[in-house]
Amino acid sequence: MSATADKPTLPPEASYAGMIGRVADPVLERRPGRRWWIGFGATLLLTLGFAVCLAWLFIEGVGIWGINTPVVWGFAIANFVWWLGIGHAGTLISALLLITRQNWRASINRFAEAMTLFAATIAGLFPIMHLGRPYRFYWLVPYPNTMEVWPQWRSALVWDFAAISTYIIFSILFWYWGLIPDLATMRDRARGRIARYAYGAFSLGWRGSARHWQRHDALYRAMAGLAVPLVVSVHSVVGMDFAASLMPGWQETIFPPYFVVGAMFSGFAMVVTLAVLVRRGLGLQAVITERHFDGMGKIVLAGSVAMGISYLTEWFTTWYGGDRIEYEHLAYLFTGDYAPLYYVMLFCNVLVPQILWLGRMRRNIAVAFVVSIVINIGMWLERILIIWNTLSHTHLPSMRHVFYPTFWDWATLGCSIGLFAFLFFCFVRLVPSVAMHDLNKRLHQEKEARG
Amino acid sequence: MSEGRVLLAEFRDPETLLDAARRARDAGWQGLDAHVPFAIEGLTEALGLGPTRIRLAMLIGGVLSGAFVYWLQWYSAVLDYPVNSGGRPLNSWPVFLIPTFEATVLGATLTGIVAFLISTGLPRLHHPAFAAQGFDRASQDRFFLAVADPEVDAVRLAAALDGLGPLSIREVG
Repeated sequence: MSATADKPTLPPEASYAGMIGRVADPVLERRPGRRWWIGFGATLLLTLGFAVCLAWLFIEGVGIWGINTPVVWGFAIANFVWWLGIGHAGTLISALLLITRQNWRASINRFAEAMTLFAATIAGLFPIMHLGRPYRFYWLVPYPNTMEVWPQWRSALVWDFAAISTYIIFSILFWYWGLIPDLATMRDRARGRIARYAYGAFSLGWRGSARHWQRHDALYRAMAGLAVPLVVSVHSVVGMDFAASLMPGWQETIFPPYFVVGAMFSGFAMVVTLAVLVRRGLGLQAVITERHFDGMGKIVLAGSVAMGISYLTEWFTTWYGGDRIEYEHLAYLFTGDYAPLYYVMLFCNVLVPQILWLGRMRRNIAVAFVVSIVINIGMWLERILIIWNTLSHTHLPSMRHVFYPTFWDWATLGCSIGLFAFLFFCFVRLVPSVAMHDLNKRLHQEKEARG
Repeated sequence: MSEGRVLLAEFRDPETLLDAARRARDAGWQGLDAHVPFAIEGLTEALGLGPTRIRLAMLIGGVLSGAFVYWLQWYSAVLDYPVNSGGRPLNSWPVFLIPTFEATVLGATLTGIVAFLISTGLPRLHHPAFAAQGFDRASQDRFFLAVADPEVDAVRLAAALDGLGPLSIREVG
């Protein structure tokens, strides 16, 4: 990675104003094209579809899904884990790459953080949807109540609630604080009165004072330092939702780190997907360059290798441990009802990303796009298979049965993707998709290095 | 921050601004500031601004929030509502650390944000500097040195900046 950090990633002839123009003009000057309107309309419909799914769920109950004893967790929990995993890369890109001084992050961190925000928010909906009595989710909050009860602090559900709500609040603040100087830039460039007032108000009156910058930098870096352990804690807690149980295939000490790695992996894949779309849609070829795809490709590849090692470790410890129930679970993975999906998952997560060992392939944007989509599918399969394989193959053989998704399972998943895309379509038209001040800071450093 | 008259000298690039800032500091002028579009390394030192205590505030805020949430769990699980959960000790500290950690992060972050707002005086939508012509480029590609010293006027500032070629020197406020 150090090679990428030192090499210039921005065009040598770039100017500060030019960079700002490239990022801000698509929002302020250019009218949304036909493709944007089509995408916006289609995803708006899906968002309304999501509202329908929610409404029907709340009217009818969780029976509209394919869940039934013993497979009491289904799409909702898999979607939750998957979305939350995607929601990890934004903060990681921003925070980890900031701390390790990978300044090329400036081109991608803003929309990656927006992705985090949207994905984590959608993820947070699923556990609530999954509750039998969703209107009582606030019982997880410790508040003085007339029932005189407290949350059970030893329950993974309470940890989950603490971790996810902290993470969502933190992600919003981290994203917004990085955005403030750019909102001031937008205020100064906007021509419309409403736009100027709106950007002005949201920029809090930022005037780029040296004192502002000093404190902004101190706060932002400290937040980045907090973000890294926070991100690790959040998906570790999600891993513990499973690992704190007594089910074969779940009760494994590897689960927290394995979930964190999977989260980074799927999140980075989603960042690549979005980077390709944002770059093309907004014409940011000079800002998001092949070198960025090179850097992200290396991280995705590392994630894939780590996932492969995690799978191997799981299989090895099961075999080495010699527990019969665990052993039957492992056999079920490879020969049971869901075995074809398991092979597809291994193909998507472990085999396909190996193509990124070749530098030429990492810099090929079409390849990066296809690989990232394949990984997203593979990671969703992993999440659902963790649930299905363990719950379908329960301790009592007479109870065992296969999960068949219903229409509402698919509709909820599909519409949640639509909601995510809808939020993203709004985002690219309202705020600069790239952190302009970080970008120009990077440009300044590159100019200095060139002398 | 002083509210009176402010002199603004405009520069084309960050290096010249840093030179100008050092000269102003060496001249011993008060009320120095700069308005720049991105964080510039060494600017704080060049202007002679003191260190910020935001991180200290965050540390204190984080530790207090974490301690409070640990205490809350201990109080509820040991004193107010003890539940025997599989014979585990009532003070199950290993799992209590999870909400404690989350509360520490959240508390530190919120404290940091409050400290930022207090120390910068934001949100504040009006400021004399906004009145300067061309100030909208301070958030894009121009670098302004601000001097709010009653002893200094435009002529003295121009003399001090001799050779650095400021694009303009303006007085606002």
